[in-house]
Amino acid sequence: MAKNVTVYSTPTCPFCIRAKQYLKENSIQFTDIDVGANPEKAEEMIAKSGQMGVPVIEIDGNIIIGFDKEKVKSALGI
Amino acid sequence: MVYDLIVIGAGPSGITAAVYAARKEMNFIVLTGDIGGQTIWSGDIENYTGYQFITGPELAAKFEDHMRTYGISVKENEKVRAIEKVAGIIRVETDKALYEAKTIIIASGKTSKELGVPGEKEFRNKGLTYCATCDGPLFSGKPVAIIGGGNSALDAALQLMKIATKVYIINNRAELIGDAVMRNKVESSSIVEIMNDANVVQIVGDKMVSGIKVLRHGKESLLPVEGVFVEIGLVPNSKFADIVDKNELGEIKITSYNETSSPGIFAAGDVTNVPEKQIVIAAGEGSKASLGAFRYLSRNR
Repeated sequence: MAKNVTVYSTPTCPFCIRAKQYLKENSIQFTDIDVGANPEKAEEMIAKSGQMGVPVIEIDGNIIIGFDKEKVKSALGI
Repeated sequence: MVYDLIVIGAGPSGITAAVYAARKEMNFIVLTGDIGGQTIWSGDIENYTGYQFITGPELAAKFEDHMRTYGISVKENEKVRAIEKVAGIIRVETDKALYEAKTIIIASGKTSKELGVPGEKEFRNKGLTYCATCDGPLFSGKPVAIIGGGNSALDAALQLMKIATKVYIINNRAELIGDAVMRNKVESSSIVEIMNDANVVQIVGDKMVSGIKVLRHGKESLLPVEGVFVEIGLVPNSKFADIVDKNELGEIKITSYNETSSPGIFAAGDVTNVPEKQIVIAAGEGSKASLGAFRYLSRNR
């Protein structure tokens, strides 16, 4: 079954771009949230991850800080 | 197994070295923390030959694709801890394993310099960041401080003065040293306060940053900020390479053939004392180092 994937990002952050590219290359559908434009979602990201760095990737409730390819892979099971 | 070559780093220099090594059919691996190096942090690139315009992340992706075409063995997320030479063989120790090779190319680049003050490590990504481009938008409506006085500090200020409520610039020199055009813009902003001759001595906060302690003219003051942007330059990732000669900046000294002081150990790109740090130069240096290692191997077979 498809996993629920959310990427908290800013438009200018290189590893956000790379993370989203990686998900697209692997045909993973995800919700992209621009935390720069959405303060409420920014607070949500900070509360969930306990920190302010982007990207934060949520995969079925599993929080991954930064674009950690190995963690993303194992959370996605790919 | 003793490899012909180990490439340390996968920025423009390491990747180019790897492509050349693959084309020479050398038996080699690449050890690296990340892929793309500083290229990925570059915004718009308009001086890499062949591309009138490309962004940093796009160019980094193209570098990676190029390298992957050759099926090169790349070990990511591995940090090199030490290198040593035992009976003419070079041993490379990472946080995960030990490798051996006849030659190595050190192309480990540079990373952001740290302040080295209490609170810096604890509050990293908890209000303190080394990437204004990445994390800047999160500080909309908040007071922030930028540490530094050069172009990257001014760049951060230009970005943050549009969204933050207050921008302090903490500069340890008598004046800002960045480009005049940027300086003028920053100096004319009503929310920017420039503190020259000032040093950050501590980052304070609870769960997240709530302020910084600044020492200026013998007096310490506490500035209430929620964001701290450290923009004080770069340092070469050369700590592990203590068996080769370096200059006073910690850059590895190389000859025009990319040889270090230790035979069989080559170095390339921003980690070296090569004049000018540019993506196109780093790439070129990587190719030279690879050809140098190939020639060294043919001579010492």
